[in-house]
Amino acid sequence: MAEDVKSRIDENVKNNKIMVYMKGTPDFPQCGFSAHTVEILRSYGFPFASEDVLADPAVREGIKRYSNWPTIPQVYIDGKFVGGCDIVHELHERGDLEPMLKSAFEK
Amino acid sequence: MISPEEIKETLSKAIPVTLVETQDLTGGGDHWQLIIVSPAFEGKALIEQHRLVNEALKEPLGDQRIHALSLKTFSPAQWDKLGS
Repeated sequence: MAEDVKSRIDENVKNNKIMVYMKGTPDFPQCGFSAHTVEILRSYGFPFASEDVLADPAVREGIKRYSNWPTIPQVYIDGKFVGGCDIVHELHERGDLEPMLKSAFEK
Repeated sequence: MISPEEIKETLSKAIPVTLVETQDLTGGGDHWQLIIVSPAFEGKALIEQHRLVNEALKEPLGDQRIHALSLKTFSPAQWDKLGS
């Protein structure tokens, strides 16, 4: 992965309490999994940043290497890779997502 | 295409499992939902639990015998909490 892509991802992940790499934008998601992930995050009301991987092929490939995870969307909370749509959905269902988000914003 | 028995066998060779439930989501034998309970998941974030499973099923995932995988993973403690 090119160094500039990696450092851009690094910065986004570290400077945003919640960072989402997705297909499309939160208002116009281009994939059902990205849409569902954003819908869950929005339900908590915390602000989050996002980047559209469809707009940049280098980021689309780079983010998969960065996390060593093959699919998009990818959600990062408090600088840590949390998972994709499945995992965010599951954490939400189990009631584990809210405490994670809260503690990220309390720091 | 893969059989539920083969999924269970492949998994249990890689990690200790106390429960594996398989559901063939499309009837085609290549889209699976798995419920897995394993002591290997204890104290691990969901993403790490899923990584363990993906690693264990690397071969059938790689050669497309499993085309899509939906996972629900639990440590024994998480599983017990769910039942109570």
